[in-house]
Amino acid sequence: MSERKNNTNHEPLFHLAKRSVIPQWRAWLIRVAAIVLGLAVCGIVAYILSDKLQEGKKTLADFYYCFIKGSFTTNRKIWKFLKNMAILQCISLAVTPAFRMRFWNTGAEGQTLMGVWGAIAVAFYLGGEIPEALLLVLMFVGALLCSAVWAVIPAIFKAKWNTNETLFTLMMNYVAIHIVEYFLVVWVPSGSSSLGKLKYGKLPSFGHDYLVIILIVLLLTLLLYVYLKHSKQGYEISVVGESVRTAQYSGMNVKKVIIRTMVVSGLLCGLAGYLIGAGLDQTVTTESVGGQGFTAIMVSWLANFNPIVMLLTSGLITLLDQGAAQITQDFGVRGAFPDVIIGIILFFIIGSEFFINYQVIFRKGGHAAKEGAK
Amino acid sequence: MKKFLALVLTLALCLSSFTFAAVAEIEDVKLGVILLHDEDSTYDLNFINGVNEAVAALGLSEDQVIMKRNVPESNECYEAALDLVDEGCNLIFANSFGHETFILQAAKECPDVQFCHATGTMAHTEGLANFHNAFAAIYEGRYLAGIAAGMKLNELKAAGKLKGEFPLMGYVGAFTYAEVISGYTSFYLGAKSVCPDVQMKVQFTGSWYDEKEEKTAAEALIQAGCDLISQHADSMGAPTACENAGVPNVSYNGSTLASCPNTFIVSSRINWAPYFQYIVNQVAAGEAIATDWTGTIATGSVVLTDVNTAAAAEGTVEAIAEAIAAFEKGEIKVFNTTADNFMLKGGEKITSYIADVDTDAAFTPDTEVVSDGYFHESEYRSAPYFDIQLDGIELLNSKF
Repeated sequence: MSERKNNTNHEPLFHLAKRSVIPQWRAWLIRVAAIVLGLAVCGIVAYILSDKLQEGKKTLADFYYCFIKGSFTTNRKIWKFLKNMAILQCISLAVTPAFRMRFWNTGAEGQTLMGVWGAIAVAFYLGGEIPEALLLVLMFVGALLCSAVWAVIPAIFKAKWNTNETLFTLMMNYVAIHIVEYFLVVWVPSGSSSLGKLKYGKLPSFGHDYLVIILIVLLLTLLLYVYLKHSKQGYEISVVGESVRTAQYSGMNVKKVIIRTMVVSGLLCGLAGYLIGAGLDQTVTTESVGGQGFTAIMVSWLANFNPIVMLLTSGLITLLDQGAAQITQDFGVRGAFPDVIIGIILFFIIGSEFFINYQVIFRKGGHAAKEGAK
Repeated sequence: MKKFLALVLTLALCLSSFTFAAVAEIEDVKLGVILLHDEDSTYDLNFINGVNEAVAALGLSEDQVIMKRNVPESNECYEAALDLVDEGCNLIFANSFGHETFILQAAKECPDVQFCHATGTMAHTEGLANFHNAFAAIYEGRYLAGIAAGMKLNELKAAGKLKGEFPLMGYVGAFTYAEVISGYTSFYLGAKSVCPDVQMKVQFTGSWYDEKEEKTAAEALIQAGCDLISQHADSMGAPTACENAGVPNVSYNGSTLASCPNTFIVSSRINWAPYFQYIVNQVAAGEAIATDWTGTIATGSVVLTDVNTAAAAEGTVEAIAEAIAAFEKGEIKVFNTTADNFMLKGGEKITSYIADVDTDAAFTPDTEVVSDGYFHESEYRSAPYFDIQLDGIELLNSKF
């Protein structure tokens, strides 16, 4: 008691306290407020950086409208939005099982790229020589195999020698990029290192070209949700994530869980790679995944590793991305500008998580700390 | 008199409606431009400057041009093209080699829209009425830049400042691709035309844009005794290395004078403005765009920056002007196979060469390109196909 008395004498202007519970609606209110605040700051920054805004050729309303225009004003944009969201969602699903296990896999970029490469390698060597249906199956196997191998190597090192998985998986990204570079040199003897669209190995489509991809990812989202929340393996993942010791005492084979979970992650990356390779590009470049492997980490984390909520976060990131591209186009500004815009909004969103978990308590009389600590 | 007046009025009406029609037509053109990167890459900046110059020259309004930056060489490129069609573009241009197959896909889907693609190779074999390739005879510009390099080497030689026994140039190349080989060979031949005993070493980086690699490659070449450096890659890597080491540099894509005041000599570049003017005018007039368009010195597509007299040898400006005049008269053939110093390693002369002009999956050579005593570069298609290794040029690495 006497200690507390001393403390109140020297109480700082404000301090932080962990919130115990916060109603869902309040959490969402904070998140929405953060996005609105972020957008407002974006408007100020845009005004400072854009000549067109200062000269009055464009208005701030045009600026904000870009976020809608980028994704929803034509049918094509809506489909593109859904397709981009589906691919990002797929990679985000892939990193999720490992993250729930507190295995920080930063290698989804490379794992997915190896999937694209695996699918395209099969199409490059066998395209036109075997029936298209068989080719597509083999491309699928190729993609899954390559990605799974890429994911399981760091997992084995982690399980056997407790190496740092964050650095290991990160480095594997660069190895994957260089493998793709190497094969582009081998495959394209003219020296341009540009393979171009292959003639074989195109995922068949019905309705719209992207519909298959979108449906596959939706189905996968549900399956992964069930796997993580309602299966024995999903439970094991959660336990290992909570505490390795607890998992060991309860008789789980932690090494096995780590390796198995990373194989699952790898297979999902492989599926994403297959969707990119066979479903969209029919070619591979070092940019085939385009950084989505890293963005996926944030998508998954923002959704608190919940596959269903992830639909929201991957949608949000895609919306911001396409809006930013629209801003570059309509405002005639260079590439770094949209990155700044996205950066600001993400900063506010991530910041909002802090305010959901903690509260700021200002000094108020002598009893503020006591009140706030509740 | 009344009749005459009526006639004059009718004529005036006809003429005015004709001029109105022509104006209306150029107003109907909407140009969409797909760029691999943005202003931060010298390669893309060169295209953006070309578009802006053409827009100003033609008096197009801001609404008539849409630029899409940072479009990767994937399905995204196809999406970007179709989005431009949705926005009302009837003329679409893409600037990166890897965009080609995706632009082709869009061109097949939209036969009413004209698609133009820089550096590509497939237009002449695909046979689509609305898909076109374009490039410039930049090897002529490289040759001119080579003259400036050769003269600088002569100056160093006369002053006894050569690092070795003979003048040695270094060249930082991106890939062992025809565009690069054609470039460094014509640069070498230009230098050799004024400095006969020059030799050259080439170091490849395996990337079109990698500032660190390009700087390292240039430094390695300087270490290996090169008296002068030039490059075919898009970053400031090589020019910076030269400025740091005080070694003369012949640049590419644009002037690097601002960052390298002591070592920058001159730079060759493709000016894309004439091509943009040409395609806009063709669409406005409702006329066909050439399947393969090759810009030249005469069209204003192959240009040199101002010579930096602080670094260049005396008389460089005059020598380049003379060579340009000779090019315009058709007196210089860069790849003159009958010239004494134009030979393969081992001294063998070239009398015939089958180049890979028509793109196919196996990259099979298909077209005889040597006749009348010279190699016909950029004549059978706009993109370069000269890929012969000549005597006097040593490749330090060729893994790319």
